[in-house]
Amino acid sequence: MAADVCISVASDSDMVPARAEGRRLAEHVGFSRTDATLIATAISEIGRNILVHAGTGEIALTALYDNGRSGLEVVAHDDGPGISDVDAALRDGYASRGGLGLGLPGARRLMDEFDVVSRLGEGTTVRMRKWRERDELERLRGPHE
Amino acid sequence: MAVPILKQGAYLIASIQSALTDSEVLELRDDLTERVGRTRARGVIVDVAAMDVIDSFVARSLQSIALTAQLRGAKTVIVGIRPDVAVAMVQFKLNLEPLRTALDLEEGLALLDESVEDGTNDGG
Repeated sequence: MAADVCISVASDSDMVPARAEGRRLAEHVGFSRTDATLIATAISEIGRNILVHAGTGEIALTALYDNGRSGLEVVAHDDGPGISDVDAALRDGYASRGGLGLGLPGARRLMDEFDVVSRLGEGTTVRMRKWRERDELERLRGPHE
Repeated sequence: MAVPILKQGAYLIASIQSALTDSEVLELRDDLTERVGRTRARGVIVDVAAMDVIDSFVARSLQSIALTAQLRGAKTVIVGIRPDVAVAMVQFKLNLEPLRTALDLEEGLALLDESVEDGTNDGG
């Protein structure tokens, strides 16, 4: 499934469009303003991880449609050093690189599905999804608008 | 300077106008720290009403602003956190403590008036 939006992350100014695109796609899919902000915040955390730990990477956003619900998937990938202990990184309070901490536990709290694939020297891929129930009118309109 | 900083009496008011890059957030911190000294400000208000996302980096930067301002004798109040941003921060478990917050500029100024000690009013 090709992503709807792909954002290249190479400097902190790329986070502004990354958050904006996330919000825009979230609202297009039908998320409330509050949920769109949650998604944009999660994107911001993950995007910053890429900048801090890998320097560059990309974030792919895809609208999801699944009968009674719609959603948004964020896949963030970098070819950086990788995370040696993913379980530890997902635990609250984990800190690396001078105490900045990884945004993974926080981003996970904001999303419904969350997984991280990473190995030392092999980069990191974070995949997260958020879902919402479609209402009757949406479902009557068809698979997706 | 990306963020306009106004002086109102003994207080500095920084109104963030739009989405800031990380570098601009740090620049704001350094600007405010310098200005607190130069203007002998007793209080700082940072208005974040234009920020549609407050993530862990922004939260830490705001804390840093408050701590460095305090080292130079000023108290800080964050105002204008949007409702959806507040919900996200709670769900994210983003804690702004020991930062103080208020709903808006008016309430932020009132909070500063209360907390700036009596007897140090510079008459401004």
